[in-house]
Amino acid sequence: MSFLEYAPAPESRAILSLRDQYGLFIDGEFVEGRGTPFQTISPASEERIAMIANANAADVDDAVAAARRAYDRTWSKMSGRDRGKYLFRIARLVQERARELAVAESLDNGKPIKESRDVDVPLVAAWFFYYAGWADKLDHAGLGAGPRAHGVAAQVIPWNFPLLMLSWKIAPALAAGNTVVLKPAETTSLTALIFAEILQQADLPPGVVNIITGAGDTGANLVAHDDVDKVAFTGSTAVGRAIAKQIAGTDKKATLELGGKAANIVFDDAPIDQAIEGIVNGIFFNQGHVCCAGSRLLVQENIHDEVVERLKLRLSTLRLGDPLDKNTDIGAINSREQLERIRELSDIGVAEGADRWSVPCEIPENGFWYAPTIFTNVQTSSRIAREEIFGPVLSVLTFRTPAEAIAKANNTPYGLSAGIWTDKGSRILAVADKLRAGVIWANTFNRFDPSSPFGGYKESGYGREGGRHGLAAYLTPAPVGQAAVTAGRTGAKSVSAGRAAAKPATAGRRAAKPRIETKDAAKTTRSATPAKKGAAK
Amino acid sequence: MSGTSLVTARERALAVLGGEPDDQTLGRYLHGIPGVDAVGLEQRAAGLGTRSIKTSSKKWALDKIISLVDLTTLEGADTPGKVRSLVAKAMNPDPADPSTPRVAAVCVYGDMVPFAVDALGGAHGDPDDGLISVAAVATAFPSGRSSLEIKLADTAEAVAAGADEIDMVIDRGAFLAGRYGQVFDQISAVKDACRRADGTSASLKVILETGELVTYDNVRRASWLSILAGGDFIKTSTGKVSPAATLPVTLLMLEVVRDWHLATGHKVGVKPAGGIRASKDAIKYLVTVAETVGEDWLVPHLFRFGASSLLNDVLLQRQKMTTGHYSGPDYVTID
Repeated sequence: MSFLEYAPAPESRAILSLRDQYGLFIDGEFVEGRGTPFQTISPASEERIAMIANANAADVDDAVAAARRAYDRTWSKMSGRDRGKYLFRIARLVQERARELAVAESLDNGKPIKESRDVDVPLVAAWFFYYAGWADKLDHAGLGAGPRAHGVAAQVIPWNFPLLMLSWKIAPALAAGNTVVLKPAETTSLTALIFAEILQQADLPPGVVNIITGAGDTGANLVAHDDVDKVAFTGSTAVGRAIAKQIAGTDKKATLELGGKAANIVFDDAPIDQAIEGIVNGIFFNQGHVCCAGSRLLVQENIHDEVVERLKLRLSTLRLGDPLDKNTDIGAINSREQLERIRELSDIGVAEGADRWSVPCEIPENGFWYAPTIFTNVQTSSRIAREEIFGPVLSVLTFRTPAEAIAKANNTPYGLSAGIWTDKGSRILAVADKLRAGVIWANTFNRFDPSSPFGGYKESGYGREGGRHGLAAYLTPAPVGQAAVTAGRTGAKSVSAGRAAAKPATAGRRAAKPRIETKDAAKTTRSATPAKKGAAK
Repeated sequence: MSGTSLVTARERALAVLGGEPDDQTLGRYLHGIPGVDAVGLEQRAAGLGTRSIKTSSKKWALDKIISLVDLTTLEGADTPGKVRSLVAKAMNPDPADPSTPRVAAVCVYGDMVPFAVDALGGAHGDPDDGLISVAAVATAFPSGRSSLEIKLADTAEAVAAGADEIDMVIDRGAFLAGRYGQVFDQISAVKDACRRADGTSASLKVILETGELVTYDNVRRASWLSILAGGDFIKTSTGKVSPAATLPVTLLMLEVVRDWHLATGHKVGVKPAGGIRASKDAIKYLVTVAETVGEDWLVPHLFRFGASSLLNDVLLQRQKMTTGHYSGPDYVTID
């Protein structure tokens, strides 16, 4: 036996205590859905994991109504500090149950356990911790004193980072004071439902977060619901476009985080070994199911052959297989549908004259798998250089000068992320300045931090998630005049207080009213919180 | 274990450099090598460190580690008695289990070589054949602050006394001052001094003392320089400077060795030394070797651990795998 065929090191599934059937999480309780339930499977083996409820229009009504009630009666009246306490508690519970969440995520999504364990779940906790800290500091979110929540947020998330996308959506929404109805992707509902159990454990007031499962029509019903104030969506550009049309002309606010076809630009003076790692991490992380994946490698022509050769050597050490094995680098493709799309686009690449090279590795018999693949001799006009493949497929193109690299990188309908590899700091700054992409990584790739805003240009969507900007997306400035009350109350001797006082006419009847209620509500919650603390194990 | 010939090494260097190995030519060459991104390198090393080596793989790895250890004593207080004790441990690491492999070599100061050779007796020889080599540190180890004449005499004496391997230190002062030609010439001269009367040569390990070079760019340049000058091995540290061996530094040196092999077809060894005390850490190094240069490198003439306390931790782990329970420090011998 060769040493490199490491003996199996599977993460135990014993830590999971899954139910056979999952209901919808509405108003703090699991209830049965009124649509036809569907099963969720493990993409690595196609085995059935559990039955998942399907929310029909009436269920969506219930969930939105629960969120509205919770907003009106509890959450909008609670002090930021108390909202923060709940978020901190959720963050700690995520950490406590990290291993369980990681195993469930790998089982249901197909991603390697080392990624769910070392990337997804720690980031989920980090996101809740980060926004927990913001909950009582909304005056500093950049919208002036006393910003207000939108109300009920409808959130629809994708299957590539099920739990992480959930945290990107729920944490800032709750910190800002919104209540939430969230719909996870059809193929990856499991961890969202375990998360619902965590919310029960954290004693989050009923209705503040509602999680409804189902397919595209459930999401469409949710987004279209009249009583929704804010829509946040992460997913494909096609669906994002449909949502934008659907909500056009309404008062609903929206953030859309959509597709990408990121350029990863490697200059000839790049730290070559680290650049190779970055290319691998850029496109093969999470089987390439990453909206900001570096799927277009732009490499300076004079080092093209060397880079491709080194890349092939490195890819040969990647280990594809059981997502729950701790040594697996490449897991399963999330669904048969996605696998078909990857195959289709790869075949188009070959038909268009590009050269395909795939890692020679054993493909498991059951489940959905695609070996890491590189296309060389790809032209800018190739479809594999234009369309988002959303799989472990890299298209390699070349450039001659920085100007050409910038032009080629920007020549895409998308603009979510980009990477620059060079030893020259001034070039990083000069090139980054001209790239039209929301996130630019220099000498690294696919790094995420809750304090850093994330979002796209052009067809990659609008709005930002993460950081202060991600918080602001869930807030609206105080009506003129109300800021004065808040500023006065918090003791901030700000200019806005004076300015507002000069315009008493605009203060309106809404200005002072919620303030008193808020204080009362805060008191009740504060006394309720410690009493129930024992319930949160 | 025998070293490569100096003539071949010099020809190879001239072909790669395209000129005489003076400060300017070497400077141009070494500064033309792509830089190292510290964050990326450390991230990759940490990633390799997360490999989970279990059951049969772990068993194999533990035996492999023992067979790659240079069991070392480098103290001012070393005596013939201490060296004999070390050699006995090297030959029979676990008296309770005769199936335990022997270590690759014992590593001592030059004046202790005769005692080591004497104690080894018939077990003295090439570790690739299951025998044990004698390695001697030389060239005014550990600082290297001495004249070339003394360094050469130091080397020649150890070789004459029967050392199979010479662990030399580079002149870090000259390297940091940009006098690459001087470092190159010293390594070449020491390599020449490794020659024995019968025309064979002791193997030369070149210690970079990475803890004094500080930056990864320096480590990469010093690695290339040492290989160009004819080193058979590049070694991280003396063990007298902190930090000694680290996983990122070793990974970086392995990458140089890999690139050199791709460019010339010639294989050079790597020896992390100092600071590796736990089996768990040593296994990370094995993983790093296997995934960077390939499993072929996990042989005594291409990879070594410079260590002393590591051996006993590996033996404890090995006993645990055989018996199913942990014993304790009194169930392995001190040397």
